[in-house]
Amino acid sequence: MITLKDIRKAIGIGLWFMFLTFPLLVIKVNPVEKTVIWRWHTMLLVGVASFGVYLLYRLVLTRRDVRQERIRLGQEQETTKSNLHFLKAPQFRQSLAGTGILFVLVFPALFSTYQINIMITALMYVVLGLGLNIVVGVAGLLNLGYVAFYAVGAYTYALLHLHFGLGFWTVLPLGGLLGAVFGILLGFPVLRLRGDYLAIVTLGFGEIIRLVLENWNEFSKGPSGIADIPRPGFFGLDMSLETAIIYLYYLMIGMVIFTIFVVNRLQNSRIGRAWFALREDEIACQAMGIDKTRTKLTAFALGATWAGMAGVFFAAKTTFINPASFTFIESAIILCIVVLGGMGSIVGVIVGALVLILVPEYLRVFADYRMLVFGAVLVVMMLLRPQGIVANVRRTYLQP
Amino acid sequence: MVVTTHAVTVISASQFLGYATLGLEPDQLLQHLARYPSMDYFIELLFSGLTRGSIYALLALGYTMVYGIIGLINFAHGEIYMIGAYTALIVSTVLSIYGLPPLTILVVTALAAALWAAAYGFTVERLAYRPLRNAPRLSPLISAIGMSIFLQNFVLLAQTSDFQPFPSLIPELAFMEPFAAVIGSKDLTILIVAALVMILLTFMIKFTRTGKAMRATSQDRKMALLVGINVDNIISITFLIGSALAAIGGLLIASHVGQINCSIGFIAGIKAFTAAVLGGIGSIPGAVLGSFVLGLTEAFATGYVSSDYEDAFAFALLVLILIFRPAGLLGKAAIDKV
Repeated sequence: MITLKDIRKAIGIGLWFMFLTFPLLVIKVNPVEKTVIWRWHTMLLVGVASFGVYLLYRLVLTRRDVRQERIRLGQEQETTKSNLHFLKAPQFRQSLAGTGILFVLVFPALFSTYQINIMITALMYVVLGLGLNIVVGVAGLLNLGYVAFYAVGAYTYALLHLHFGLGFWTVLPLGGLLGAVFGILLGFPVLRLRGDYLAIVTLGFGEIIRLVLENWNEFSKGPSGIADIPRPGFFGLDMSLETAIIYLYYLMIGMVIFTIFVVNRLQNSRIGRAWFALREDEIACQAMGIDKTRTKLTAFALGATWAGMAGVFFAAKTTFINPASFTFIESAIILCIVVLGGMGSIVGVIVGALVLILVPEYLRVFADYRMLVFGAVLVVMMLLRPQGIVANVRRTYLQP
Repeated sequence: MVVTTHAVTVISASQFLGYATLGLEPDQLLQHLARYPSMDYFIELLFSGLTRGSIYALLALGYTMVYGIIGLINFAHGEIYMIGAYTALIVSTVLSIYGLPPLTILVVTALAAALWAAAYGFTVERLAYRPLRNAPRLSPLISAIGMSIFLQNFVLLAQTSDFQPFPSLIPELAFMEPFAAVIGSKDLTILIVAALVMILLTFMIKFTRTGKAMRATSQDRKMALLVGINVDNIISITFLIGSALAAIGGLLIASHVGQINCSIGFIAGIKAFTAAVLGGIGSIPGAVLGSFVLGLTEAFATGYVSSDYEDAFAFALLVLILIFRPAGLLGKAAIDKV
């Protein structure tokens, strides 16, 4: 299994990482008082950890190789499928769905307002993830400025309420619409660009929106933000804070179901299949007679619509918004949700959002390491499982 | 004299590369303009732009070299620059506690920063990019973004998220005193060092064996393999050189601005990338030209128009180039063959 050569290599790797992290992890200086803290124990930790991780990695790899070799020789059947067979059984699926729906419905009765708030946030990220999934997962256009549309939605609600006194329900479609308009605005200049340029331009676009919101005081009240945004109303009924939050929770559930429905229908529609084709091969896609410009623009616009609506929900939930909520980090988190869950897969994105938002909330110990882990997740998923936790299964059409 | 020196610092130092912007209030700016009717202010901005440009160039070279060879935007490049600057801070502080002479500190610090940044660049390539070389285009890009987030937060956790003062490593040159109003001795040092590094790099790529191999690899990787070039090694060398250049840039800029924190790599990286695209990504002279164009644009835009939207100028410029000339100033339009 693990040979002496592997161990020698692991020692080398351990030493390399000890060297690599030496100045940053071991030495902590205070340039003003000219004092130095030496933290030698971290060096040992890094060495041992990288040694262990490498050996583990080798072990997994060799075992996989051995098994594949056996399968190839016909000594062993492929076992993974039979193990997970019950997942595909309709009874299991129905009971799972039933339990899920029941849990979702009674959730507010069982848990405190604090928990409900966390859940609303997670659901918001589900919507954002599904929206970005259209752009990144389905159409294969890497958008790193997705948070800009989220900001557009939130500020639409805040500003329209501030100046014209418009309510949540009027603004919700408007937010989605404005999101779509901004999506098209961004889409036009980047249509001709290849994937990697697109990433940077969208990143720049996101930053421009944030900078404008931060600096244009007359328009957006600058960094101090906009406060006193009302929560969604229910035919003018007066609600206590707790009821309002529970109400928002159910609205959010409705929103998620609506999103899942629409996104699912979109993916299997003519335009959805055009997106998949665009992702797989642009040139072949054009050769099949698909209008590239229109397909890309609809992907941008429809992706941004969800961000715009989620933004309206965000403003209604927090009742206070400022530009600091719309940094690149947010875009990165949403991208991470899509990548971890599985690009193009609706179930995957939902799982990804719930895992990435709820786990750090409940494991507060790791809260500091959240972004570190997100970064590592992106790299590791690309290396080991590029299709994500729940791989997207393309719909197949039976031949007559 | 004191007042004028102060003005130079405000314009050229504080607004550099996404550091905390002190900024000038509008009425201050008017006073400023009144004090410098035309020519002096213009020259001051010109040098400020050139200094910026040469720093961008040191960073943009890394982007453009990597892109030229493996066609990947190395998102983690900005973080490598930040790590270079941090290593410089740590090493120089430790050395100054032991009371070494300033010049020794400067040299040792520069070498250490370049060494560790190069090591990080090398490791990032081995871990996150090499296994994905034949994967779909999106995969290495996402992996690079992940690396960038990871490294930034690694430094945040290992050090601190606060701004830390950076010692002034570049010595004040006595003979520069009469010109202090238009160009500080630090600006001059940055210009000279950057120019030297770029000449060395050009020489290396044009005339050495490794340089020849690098050019061959960037033209056609498969063909380079066929003629016996170890492509993996060449790619590693590219990352080593690019990262070392970024670290030198980080050291220069940090000692010019006087403070660093773990998030400086993000904005600096984007701007350097903008510069690389402006010049035509993949082209080395293009990266240098693009950097100077960007640096001067920023200096004049912030100096004459407004300093609030300093970062937005770069992005706006980037979007404009990509619409009207996606291949950049010196780049050739790529033709996709089916």
